[in-house]
Amino acid sequence: MSDNNPRLEGPLPPAALDDPHLQPATKNPDRMQALAALAIVIGMAGFIGFIWVYWINASTQWEAAMLTVGMAGLGIGTIAWGKYLMPQGPFVEERHDFHSTDDERTAFNAAITGRGGLEVKRRGLLLSLFAVGGGIMTLALVVPGIGSLGPKPAKSEDPHGSTDESLFTTNWRKGSKLVTVDGRQVQVDDLNLGGVLTVFPQGYEGSSPDQVILIRLAMLGPGDPPYPIAPPGHTEWGVQGYVAYSKLCTHLGCPVGLYQEQTQQLVCPCHQSIFNVNSGAVPEFGPAPRPLPQLPITVDATGQMRANGNFDQAVGPGFWERP
Amino acid sequence: MIDSSLNWVDDRLGVAKGGRTFLDKIFPDHWSFMLGEIALYSFVVLLGTGVFLTLYYVPSAHEVVYHGSYVPLQGQKVSEAYSSTVGLSFDVRSGLLMRQAHHWAADIFLGAIAVHMARVFFTGAFRKPREFNWIVGTLMLILGIVNGFLGYSLPDDLVSGTGIRIAYSIIESIPLVGSYLGFFLFGGNYPGNGVIIPRFFIIHVLIVPAILVGLLAAHLGLLVKQKHTQFPGKGKTEHNVVGSPMFPTFIAKTTGFLFMASAVMFGLGGFAQINPIWQFGQYEPYQISYAVQPDWYMGWLDGALRIMPSWEWVGWGHTIPLEVFLPAVVFPGLIFNILIVWPFIESVWTKDRAYHNLLDRPRDRPKRTAAGAAMLTLLFAVFFASSTDVMANFFQLPLMDVLWFFRFFVPLAPIVAYFVAFKICHEMIGAEGLGKRKRALVVSRSAEGEYSTTSSEPRPGDSHEELDAIPVPTFIDTTDPELATVAGVRRVIR
Repeated sequence: MSDNNPRLEGPLPPAALDDPHLQPATKNPDRMQALAALAIVIGMAGFIGFIWVYWINASTQWEAAMLTVGMAGLGIGTIAWGKYLMPQGPFVEERHDFHSTDDERTAFNAAITGRGGLEVKRRGLLLSLFAVGGGIMTLALVVPGIGSLGPKPAKSEDPHGSTDESLFTTNWRKGSKLVTVDGRQVQVDDLNLGGVLTVFPQGYEGSSPDQVILIRLAMLGPGDPPYPIAPPGHTEWGVQGYVAYSKLCTHLGCPVGLYQEQTQQLVCPCHQSIFNVNSGAVPEFGPAPRPLPQLPITVDATGQMRANGNFDQAVGPGFWERP
Repeated sequence: MIDSSLNWVDDRLGVAKGGRTFLDKIFPDHWSFMLGEIALYSFVVLLGTGVFLTLYYVPSAHEVVYHGSYVPLQGQKVSEAYSSTVGLSFDVRSGLLMRQAHHWAADIFLGAIAVHMARVFFTGAFRKPREFNWIVGTLMLILGIVNGFLGYSLPDDLVSGTGIRIAYSIIESIPLVGSYLGFFLFGGNYPGNGVIIPRFFIIHVLIVPAILVGLLAAHLGLLVKQKHTQFPGKGKTEHNVVGSPMFPTFIAKTTGFLFMASAVMFGLGGFAQINPIWQFGQYEPYQISYAVQPDWYMGWLDGALRIMPSWEWVGWGHTIPLEVFLPAVVFPGLIFNILIVWPFIESVWTKDRAYHNLLDRPRDRPKRTAAGAAMLTLLFAVFFASSTDVMANFFQLPLMDVLWFFRFFVPLAPIVAYFVAFKICHEMIGAEGLGKRKRALVVSRSAEGEYSTTSSEPRPGDSHEELDAIPVPTFIDTTDPELATVAGVRRVIR
């Protein structure tokens, strides 16, 4: 072990206490000892204080103060002891190369390749069977292990609940009543101009993929177009100055909750994508790649607001299977 | 008494020889070697406070009515996870202190790892034979970030819930398998069927910590086996380590440091409010708060997401949300992979296959230092990009201008940083007396009126005399030389 370091052969000589390597770093050890002792005593007082403030149920701040004093006191005392009073050296330790001798390496390699290789040569069949068997076992363990974790995404749900279609479609149907999260039905005069409201299809209050932001853009009279500026193909999707968009940001699915009335923009607070609600919620700025899908809405004879169909596309952020 | 117990153990386990070597392990004295200790001790605090928290936290999305002592929430329907987190903050004595100390310790843990890693990088401590330990450390950094995010998510408050939503969408963005992975993890389309809180909980308190403890043992085991690196200096060579011994000097200092680090974390935990979830409220997927920020170590990912242009790829009936996949999956993947393979990149580049136990001064390796500076600049730049909205408000600038600034700043700043760092290193190599204490200058005026300066003589204490290092002695003071060789006195052949 110590071939390259003959002076360390044999027992180490005992050191005399006046060896300079064993002297404390400080010139005045008695004073340092007193300081360290004082710090430790203050620390003890801090811990006793902690028990006391816990006992009388004082505030979190008092608990933290006492605990901090206790730990800092003990810490300072111990560090002072180690740093200024204990032997400072410098001491030296020799390093040795990590690698083994060439003979040891050869023997090790031979053990693996020689013995192993012999077995591979003799029992190749068993080895390949073992490899295939292990692979099948892994598959057998992994498939149910993963399969049980959750349903698979699919475009239509099967009756056993092993698939989930909510990535592709929502629970909005033609005629679904617009309700608030408390289940209150939304009437056509509920919102002021420039007002917004988060709505859900009745029966699915609070559902994440179904959330829709309803905005009242303008006061329109009878005979006017359904809303001020309709994007092509969406002329009838708003009603009486109201428009409704999916509230799931097309970037990362945060609720697009900030409506700036003056600029008529919806802002996502997560990554500042900005959507223009006047023209089909197209993204004007930021990382969102697509407009917020628009929900066609209508008003029935009683003034109740209803959906006039489902979204024409999947809501929320993009994913591989999204057409 | 102690002797006979030690002998009893040694008869059965044979620990004397290895034990003596272990107690004699030499720790070089340099402040930068303390950074890893901060990470270690914040991990200790994390385990201790974390166990306390598990006694009161209920990992369940089940809806309950809050009846605790925090008045504004009373009567509200919240999840058990949220209710129990508010409960352990207000109705469990010392609970708030423990929870906030846990959160602060997590932030300090990752900060200390990052700074420790920078130290190891810039001084070249990762070189042969320490590549394994560099990789183990990088894996701990990754797992630490993952576990920090999971723990941050557990209270089920509005801010952390938004983070989970974003994490789901990031998983969903992976081509081919993304939506399946998301469905399997969350038990269905977001927000899933209520399994995510219990699943995050078991990963956070058992699976990741168990791996972390294993990696930590490997990290420290390799450190003992391979011994410390050291800066060049008197008597220090590639073949030795000079410093103070494990026992008793280092043990005393490091134990004291454990207490000091804990004092800071508990002090912060009691005096510096962090993550006041009772103000945020219960998470609902249709609610959101303005200016939400993740914990600091997630900021670089958030910033990358913000500055990415909206490049969604659509074709052949499929969608690849590159605006999410590139910044949130590919970018961190690249960064972590570069970190992991860096020791090999460098040894191939420099054709350096030698053992290195002496550390580099960063200025002596300008290319490595410049590369590190560029990497840090990149990460800081994307980190600051995660607060574009806050900056736009603060500086009264249009949000769009701030964003466009960062779209250029993030790719360009690292290049500038590389050349600046490279230049500085080169100039520092040439400078004389760098890092040494400057001597006083004596200004004198000649008879002709010309002024000149000369260095003063070195004063006592300007350079302290270092002793020659000796092997750690047996610490026995004896006037009888024979006593040193009798049976029972510990003798070590090294």
